[in-house]
Amino acid sequence: MSIVVYIAVMAVTTYLIRVIPFAAVRGKIKSRFINSVLYYIPYAVLSAMTFPAIFFATGDVISSSVGTVIALVMAYFNLPLIVVALSSSLGAFLTTLIIQLF
Amino acid sequence: MKRQFVKGMKHGVPIMLGYLSVSFGFGVLCIQKNLSILTAVGISVTNLTSAGQVAGVGVIAAGGSILEMILCQLVINLRYSLMSLSLSQKLSPSFTLGHRLLAGYGVTDEIFAVASAQPEPIEPAYMYGLILTPFIGWSGGTLLGAVAGDIMPANVTAALSLMLYGMFIAIIIPPAKKNHKVLIVILIAAVISVIIHFLLPMISSGFSVIISAVIASVIGALFFPAEQQERGEGEA
Repeated sequence: MSIVVYIAVMAVTTYLIRVIPFAAVRGKIKSRFINSVLYYIPYAVLSAMTFPAIFFATGDVISSSVGTVIALVMAYFNLPLIVVALSSSLGAFLTTLIIQLF
Repeated sequence: MKRQFVKGMKHGVPIMLGYLSVSFGFGVLCIQKNLSILTAVGISVTNLTSAGQVAGVGVIAAGGSILEMILCQLVINLRYSLMSLSLSQKLSPSFTLGHRLLAGYGVTDEIFAVASAQPEPIEPAYMYGLILTPFIGWSGGTLLGAVAGDIMPANVTAALSLMLYGMFIAIIIPPAKKNHKVLIVILIAAVISVIIHFLLPMISSGFSVIISAVIASVIGALFFPAEQQERGEGEA
């Protein structure tokens, strides 16, 4: 399928999700259940996208796992996003270099 | 009018800086998945969202169906509906339908958070300014990441493709530490996603994200519904 079709479908879907309530709906959602689902969705989505994909991200399980552990530990200590991300990459990169030495 | 626009742009600067790094990771990821620089930037310009774009690139790379793409974006970006809904209550009377149709494009987690925090009703000019600077950061960062991914050695690009996942972890871990309900939902989603990956390989990555996220969130909402004050501060 053409890449342009994919991008168009993505963009239009995302746009409509944002704009329909913005332009049309008035009043607040009252359902506690729906509000709770909407509250949890972002966390659940990010978690499902990260695991297990992060273990294969570099194309090699060992270096990816080293990067994952670094990210988890640094995130636990509330370090900034960019610091966590770069350290995780750096850890994986160094691991790859060490593996190549042996 | 102009003052409102500039004020919005200024409020968008911290968001722009944050977006630069995340979208850099997205740009690298696109190259990693064999997409072109133009495709990477095209996706960022038209979508302006992180998780939805990453999942979308997964669907594209796997040659998924259009239905899968729509469902994927719907589930992942559904939270924007809630944000738009909430923000629609705060708009000034000068926010006509035309302005709403235009500014609706730019409702992201961070832009929503800043706009909601404004004490006075939101003017269209303010909203456009607040969208513009993050938009520049998001598209510019994607371009830089895609170009970097294109010219750097393969082992560097491979390592950099961890960036985005590292950021996702940095987004979800701190709230999970503070709130055990969030931690449980995160763990359920991760476990289901891992099970699907290894035991049900016929389910594509896009659908896997949908299934895992919906089941985990529904379990969370059924067994430990979020309190009002928690729902007020959506972050991820």
